[in-house]
Amino acid sequence: MIINHPLLGPRDAQEFTYLGDANLIDRPDWQADGAGQAFYEYLYLRDNPAGLHRELWYHEQGDRSWLVVTRNISTHEITKVELARDVARAKGRGK
Amino acid sequence: MSQQNRIEGGQIDRSRSLSFSFDGIRYQGHPGDTLASALLANGVRLMGRGFKYHRPRGPISAGSEEPNAIVELRGGARREPNTRATVAELHDGLEAASQNRWPSLKFDALAINDRLSPFFAAGFYYKTFMWPKAFWEKLYEPMIRRAAGLGSLSMEPDPDAYDKGFLHCDVLIIGAGPAGLAAALTAGRAGARVILADEDFRMGGRLNAETHAIGDQAGADWAAAAVAELAAMPNLRLMHRTTVLGAYDHGIYSALERVADHLAEPPAGKPRQILWRIYSRRAILCAGATERPIAFENNDRPGIMMAGAVRSYVNRWAAAPGKRIAIFTNNDDGLRTEADLRARGIEVAAVIDSRKGEMVTDSSGRLGLTGITVRGADGQSRTIPCEALAVSGGWNPNLQLTCHQRNRPVWNDALQAFVPESLPSGLSVAGAAGGVFSTHGALTTGTGAAVAALADLGVTATPATLPRAEDAPYAIKPLWYVPHTKGRAWVDQQNDVTVKDIKLAKQENFTSVEHLKRYTTLGMATDQGKTSNVTGLAVMAELTGKSIPETGTTIYRPPYTPVPIAAYAGRSAGKDFRPTRLTPSHTWAAEQGAVFVEVGMWLRAQWFPRKGETHWRHSVDREVLTTRAAVGICDVTTLGKVDVQGTDAAEFLNRIYANPFAKLPVGRVRYGLMLREDGIAMDDGTAARLAEDHFVVTTTTANAVGVYRHMEFCRQCLWPDMDVQLISTTEAWAQFSVAGPKARDLLQKIVDQDISNEAFPYMACAGITVCGGLRARLFRISFSGELAYEIAVPTRYGDGLIRRMSALAEDMGGCVYGTEALGVMRIEKGHVAGNELNGTTTALNLGMAGMVSKKKDAIGSTLSEREGLNQPDALNVVGLRPVNPAEALAAGSHLINRDAEANAANDQGYLTSVCHSPHVGSSIALAFLKNGANRKGETLRAVNPLKDTEVLVEVVSPHFVDPEGERLRG
Repeated sequence: MIINHPLLGPRDAQEFTYLGDANLIDRPDWQADGAGQAFYEYLYLRDNPAGLHRELWYHEQGDRSWLVVTRNISTHEITKVELARDVARAKGRGK
Repeated sequence: MSQQNRIEGGQIDRSRSLSFSFDGIRYQGHPGDTLASALLANGVRLMGRGFKYHRPRGPISAGSEEPNAIVELRGGARREPNTRATVAELHDGLEAASQNRWPSLKFDALAINDRLSPFFAAGFYYKTFMWPKAFWEKLYEPMIRRAAGLGSLSMEPDPDAYDKGFLHCDVLIIGAGPAGLAAALTAGRAGARVILADEDFRMGGRLNAETHAIGDQAGADWAAAAVAELAAMPNLRLMHRTTVLGAYDHGIYSALERVADHLAEPPAGKPRQILWRIYSRRAILCAGATERPIAFENNDRPGIMMAGAVRSYVNRWAAAPGKRIAIFTNNDDGLRTEADLRARGIEVAAVIDSRKGEMVTDSSGRLGLTGITVRGADGQSRTIPCEALAVSGGWNPNLQLTCHQRNRPVWNDALQAFVPESLPSGLSVAGAAGGVFSTHGALTTGTGAAVAALADLGVTATPATLPRAEDAPYAIKPLWYVPHTKGRAWVDQQNDVTVKDIKLAKQENFTSVEHLKRYTTLGMATDQGKTSNVTGLAVMAELTGKSIPETGTTIYRPPYTPVPIAAYAGRSAGKDFRPTRLTPSHTWAAEQGAVFVEVGMWLRAQWFPRKGETHWRHSVDREVLTTRAAVGICDVTTLGKVDVQGTDAAEFLNRIYANPFAKLPVGRVRYGLMLREDGIAMDDGTAARLAEDHFVVTTTTANAVGVYRHMEFCRQCLWPDMDVQLISTTEAWAQFSVAGPKARDLLQKIVDQDISNEAFPYMACAGITVCGGLRARLFRISFSGELAYEIAVPTRYGDGLIRRMSALAEDMGGCVYGTEALGVMRIEKGHVAGNELNGTTTALNLGMAGMVSKKKDAIGSTLSEREGLNQPDALNVVGLRPVNPAEALAAGSHLINRDAEANAANDQGYLTSVCHSPHVGSSIALAFLKNGANRKGETLRAVNPLKDTEVLVEVVSPHFVDPEGERLRG
């Protein structure tokens, strides 16, 4: 596969390591009510869609960017590649 | 008697002769020959024995689809089994041998299997050899393995190199027949970056094998002219002897280039083969088609071959498969063979056209064809003497690569073949691979595919005016197998699958194509059923009364043709299997005669034997005792180091470590425990605060990569606005541990600043200088339990520093120590390490529950509170010593209460780290024990069923050395 890195252009998927569902960005608030349940769901419950999937890839053999790759799991078509940092900020994560 | 079947013409270089041997007999051939064509020219038809029945076999094809003529090439360490004689390019001195026969090809003892064929029907191994059960492993399987199988390995290391390479192009064209050449000319002339790859050593495909004209030229001459034009284009790469093996996602293709298989030895510095990864923006499959046989009784005798192969041998290689040749066809293409043979002066014994109701029903000839039996349209049988039979059952498009991403082909009734329909993204198909069988059609679709591919890339290409070319109808009427056959009619010759076997599969209800394949092994040999899959399917369709599309098709996986394992390994063999990382003190340690151990990719000194030490324990015990009595030095560079900088650096560490870091003063080091988000311990190490906004974090050697990755995840994905920067500096600093009561005395001799206990107390850190001004870092931390420091200098000074320090240590009665002594001392001190941080243990298990701060958010802190991880009988780390000090403990032993039965239900825990402690004077261990924190003084059994040992042990504190920590602080 080829991942079109937003900063570096098309790179072979072999340069990356894969983590999993991009929802791992949505780390719960540790002080909220029911934080234990929220962390459990955050860490263990995943959708497994036969289609578009947003997932985290790390450019370990490259510039060490974490990316959010939108990939069709059935066809391996990649429709979007974003810097995870930008996605996290867009979701309201800061410091 | 030399080359008695060599005829006029052909594309061989008669000005030179090549000498080669087959089964020890010498023959002559010419440049341009394959092993198969040269043997045929010498009148040799018998080239192998069948897999199961050991029947005599000759080539049925002239290409990579060959199921029969499978031979061993070359000798000695370069011997290569299971290669196809039909694609082995002849060179001077080539040695080849037949395989799967004993004692000789002409007399094979196991040919008895042919008489026993009723016992070897499809699936026989599921039914016979079943009783008695014990016989399978000891008798039946070894016997079957000896009888079956093909060539044998040399059992010597391969002396040749294999490379991997990477290529990029706009358009990859797979196959250089008329369609591929037309596509390459169009794309190349338009200026695109083109790769044209063909498995053959001569490009042109069927143009080299047929007598069709293109324009005013012979097809082969047109092809040669086209190749010459392409070779002159700087934007086009011609790849001869290169098979495109697989089509992968996003336009990536793999290909094997046989750089030196056609030479006796690879030239100096050249690899034998290169496995290419080709990145293409567009690709065009022009792989042609493969002719398929018609199954009839005894259709596997040497001399019976595909009609197209007969034309190849006659037209391209000027090698007549026989002096009198009959033709059996169900289509017009097969009929053309007659004219070609007559033009070469070869006698045509008969033309049997099944469309007129005539059939070949049987053949004769023990080691080669001598005649055929024909049943005429009138039902009368007659025999016809002949030396060869050219069979055409029609052509199957070579669409394998279109299926590599699970696209399925569709059935075409007019062609009686599967053709590609849906295609992988970026791939198009032209010529016979797409079911366009005429030369005219190949040129037209090849040109059209190139124009379309370039248009996709925004390039306008002008299609060349195409020369006039053959455009004859194909006119096939299906005939898969000759009906009413009593004996065996082969469908898959390489795996010996007959029409009867398919009938048996049907009878036993293995009718789905996937079952058919696995039950009969149809198409599962090294030829991957190129000549047999569709026929087998069609036979099953007829037997079940279904149509072929209803019966379905199997699809294909890479590779298209077999690839040596050596090519996949490339240079990653032996010592080069993975990189070796050397520590800065490696050269020096090697000079000292150190014994090294692999730690991941690192080589670390394990111990330093001295004269008179005959057992590793002698060296390790001495290193431990010397360090504890005086001073010892150890290279600890391999520990991961991450430089953390930024105004939010302290807060960042506060969140990735379970214990607090926000208020760590500048100039101080703290031990840190990192958890995974699920509450399990991930890694431990230290963080040293060199400045308000500058920390150095250390990780374990094993987790250096993973921890760094995790820290980047936290920084980028969780807290993207934190002002913090990370960089791995593991290899930038040479770091040594200096431990023992004389550690300070030693270091003060090289450190320029005051490092007295007052100026530089326990857990201090600082940037310092050594040896009169060299930049260095000093950390007062201890893994051994002694007064200890770690000192770091830029890596290039590591060698100088170890030489200086080891000389000083020697003068002070100290020594250097390796990883073994390091391990002993940390077990004696009760420090947990990788054996305890094993991916299943929590801070509570490790005796560090109090470190997990509840006043802050940190990775893993919330889920570490899960009920299941906090049971009253949770494992706690404890120390163990044998009740009888003479007994040795074994890591991995399980703890069982004194009077309980040793079984899993009674398991109390397990031993993680074990060593002989020279300090204690016996074997000691660290272990996890249920509720261990409250069981000191208890006696348990350490049971090891693998070693069949049982040792009585006493539960003690894990701190065998200096439990109060006075030495560290002294």
